[in-house]
Amino acid sequence: MNAPLRRVAISVLVLFTLLILNINYIQVVRSDELRDDRRNTRVLADEYSRERGAIVVDGEPIALSVPTNDRLKYLRQYPQGGLYAAVTGYYSVIFGARGIEEAENALLAGTDDRLFVRRISDLFTGRDPSGGDVVLTLDPAVQQAAMAGLEGQVGAVVALDPSTGAVLGLASTPTYDPSALAGHDLDAVRDASAALEAADPDPTINQAIGQRYAPGSIFKVIVSAAALEDGYTPESVVPAPQVFDLPQSSGVLRNFGDSACDPSGQQTLIRALTISCNTAFAQLGIDLGEDAVREMAEGFGFDRDDLDIPMAVETSTLGEIENGDELARTSIGQQSVQVTPMQAAMIAAAVANDGTLMKPYLVDQLLAPDLTVIDETDPEVYSEPFSTEVADGLTEMMNSVVANGSGRNARISGVQVAGKTGTAENEGPDHNWFIGFAPADDPQIAVAVFVRNGGGTGGDTSAPIARSVIQAYLDGQEGR
Amino acid sequence: MAGPSTDPRAAAAPGATVPTRRGTEALLLAFAVLLTLAAQCIVDLTVTGSLRPELATFGIWFTALWTGAHLVVRRFAPYADPLLLPCVAVLTGLGLVMIHRLDIADPDAGSDAPVQLLWATIGLVLFVAVLLTVRDHRLLSRYAYILMLVGLVLLAIPAVLPASISEVYGAKLWIRVAGFSIQPGEFAKICLVIFFAAYLVDKRDVLALASRKVMGLEFPRGRDLGPVIVVWVLSILVLVFERDLGSSLLLFGIFVVMIYVATERASWVVIGLLMFAAGATLAYNAFGHVQARVDTWLDPFAYYDGSGYQVAQSLFGLGTGGLFGAGLGGGRPDAVPIAKSDFIGSAVGEELGLFGLAAVIMVYLILVERGLRTSLIVRDPFGKLLAAGLSFAVAWQLFVVLGGVTGLLPLTGLTTPFLAYGGSSLVANFGLVALLVRISDAARRPATPHVAPQRLTDAPTEVVQP
Repeated sequence: MNAPLRRVAISVLVLFTLLILNINYIQVVRSDELRDDRRNTRVLADEYSRERGAIVVDGEPIALSVPTNDRLKYLRQYPQGGLYAAVTGYYSVIFGARGIEEAENALLAGTDDRLFVRRISDLFTGRDPSGGDVVLTLDPAVQQAAMAGLEGQVGAVVALDPSTGAVLGLASTPTYDPSALAGHDLDAVRDASAALEAADPDPTINQAIGQRYAPGSIFKVIVSAAALEDGYTPESVVPAPQVFDLPQSSGVLRNFGDSACDPSGQQTLIRALTISCNTAFAQLGIDLGEDAVREMAEGFGFDRDDLDIPMAVETSTLGEIENGDELARTSIGQQSVQVTPMQAAMIAAAVANDGTLMKPYLVDQLLAPDLTVIDETDPEVYSEPFSTEVADGLTEMMNSVVANGSGRNARISGVQVAGKTGTAENEGPDHNWFIGFAPADDPQIAVAVFVRNGGGTGGDTSAPIARSVIQAYLDGQEGR
Repeated sequence: MAGPSTDPRAAAAPGATVPTRRGTEALLLAFAVLLTLAAQCIVDLTVTGSLRPELATFGIWFTALWTGAHLVVRRFAPYADPLLLPCVAVLTGLGLVMIHRLDIADPDAGSDAPVQLLWATIGLVLFVAVLLTVRDHRLLSRYAYILMLVGLVLLAIPAVLPASISEVYGAKLWIRVAGFSIQPGEFAKICLVIFFAAYLVDKRDVLALASRKVMGLEFPRGRDLGPVIVVWVLSILVLVFERDLGSSLLLFGIFVVMIYVATERASWVVIGLLMFAAGATLAYNAFGHVQARVDTWLDPFAYYDGSGYQVAQSLFGLGTGGLFGAGLGGGRPDAVPIAKSDFIGSAVGEELGLFGLAAVIMVYLILVERGLRTSLIVRDPFGKLLAAGLSFAVAWQLFVVLGGVTGLLPLTGLTTPFLAYGGSSLVANFGLVALLVRISDAARRPATPHVAPQRLTDAPTEVVQP
């Protein structure tokens, strides 16, 4: 009986090995997932029993935990109210975390592996464990100017440092006070949440990175880039009829206000962008072909779903293009084109940075509880959609838009601003866009302003907001 | 794996004394007791910040238990395997610590640790009683058929009792009288293993030899399938009438392994697996509760608000514990419903981490492999089969329970041997270990003094050349 006995002994070994492999899988591989599951109440109680790290902008905490006397020992507070809500998100007992609170939860809660050694020493020294701080790239002046500009509107502002991708401002309106959701009085939190959900639109929706809209004429920057890449110059003469006959149907495409772009029926590319001539860009898109337009759009980040800042950014898309009609409408930013304000800002940033698009990021540094830097974001190239020459041509054309064209409201005395307006048709009143950067010869800031259903033009509604955001940033830079 | 070459009798020169290894056992037991007491202190210090005065009583009591057990073994089973008892002591001790720790977490639910200590005491009384009464394990085979009857009756009692007395959490495997809950299945398990051993030793020649060859495997004749079919039907009946997936699986698994060991025929394993597959399919299609179990097993989080809650919480606990665990007293093992009995494994995993839980599994592995080693070196076939059956029973039960708690297998109602809260399980398993200790004593005991047979070539016998 000894031979089968040995086999039984080996089988037992195999069974126990299975058990151990399985607990390895659960306690190591799936550990983070299980620990961070919002239904896992033990983590919640544990998290609240520790001092959660702060979210810091320019040395000031915009989210911090203060000790309380109730069962959950620390209360999360947002001293600036709604100013940074689109960035911080909230940290709620009932609804979990959103925004940076969610994306950097491990570090803020102190469970991040990079804090491991410290946790071990906490164990031995008896020090209360606490979370690390997250330092953001935001500029308070930019954020305030953006929120002030959007006051009373539904919209978003995204401002980037084009040379690094650092997010200088990220605003979404309407906003809300995250403190209302972070309270320990659960009934009050539920009421606050219900009120937010009942509002239209829900203020917790992030208009800057979580929603997509038709871009309208700001998309012409991408078509212009494709044209310049194809050998056109700003001075190239392109057809610009008063009415563009759609190739596949009896329909026509008109200019804004049904105007003629030029009595001669043709004009230079720079002029076409300056006055935002629809018929010229519809024809240009068809001449370049779908592939050229699509390739350039993808170079700017369209249809790429890998962007997180660290919150995930909704993927902007060109949509399906079935025929020439749709390509014509796509080329003026209508049809199925859908972009986030973040994507719009990235278009401006790519032009500003000589054709190199830097990956946008919000987190500058991660600090340990003793404020030593444990991680710092290194700027990263996201894509290189076009050459420096193309960038120079686009800059010249976008300068002209602000100097002589639809973007006049973005002009700042003494500073050359380059930009492009957009007025996008949709079911409601038009969406108003402006993207731009400044100073044009040495870009410090790239910005996108979006006003949902603003009803006016991008030049009327959004360009002034962009101007004040750019002004606020450049003033601040001068002071340094 | 220990082979026959490690048989101490073979290694010992004729006339040399075989070491009893009782000193090793004493040392390991002392370590187990110290570990338990240290863990108790850590729990108290972490949770309440001070040591309870009851700790002294516990320490003295717990030390006395194992000292007593050790002395009895020293006197009545001096050649017993020195690792069996210490493994049991560590597991029982850790179980007491975890139960105490869960007591503190929910003070309203009453204290179960003192009760469990009482059960451990009763268990050790049974341990001693078995060692004293069963002086030679071979005598047990005489009572095989009586034990079978006892086992079957024990197994059947909860099924025939009204649900109000026998049903807990949907499974009818209890006898609840006057505040006491007994799971007779735990005792039935041991009775039936003894019966299987005696029966199979008796019938193994028939079961092994009369066979037909099919696809390279020796298959038994149809009429010899009788016993395995009887056990299979019994398992199904347990499943149907007691809704106890665990006992059913346990019973059948043990029997298949024992018949394999007895006959050395792999075909029995194949037959067993086929019958298991058939039974499982049958049960799955026929019974809603089996389907529910399986669905919950496949995705506990999909049934989070219902049947999956317990396993989901268990997985949360294990995941939160991670590599090193939250530390004794540092986790929230009480978040898992009935953590003290069925889910004690997840409590260990949460607070002691992957390393702690793996260490506990290793202790079980040592216990089981020492049991199997006993089976390898003991001379009589009944003892071999009994030791193998008992050892495998522990291994199989742990696998099924921990597999359920960690999501590897569907959840069953079995308890973790020695570790979990529950009197009948603890007492029965102490009885089981007593039998293993008894057999291992017989296995290592030098044969009664006799004249060593002289080697044939040295014999002064004349060899007659043909």
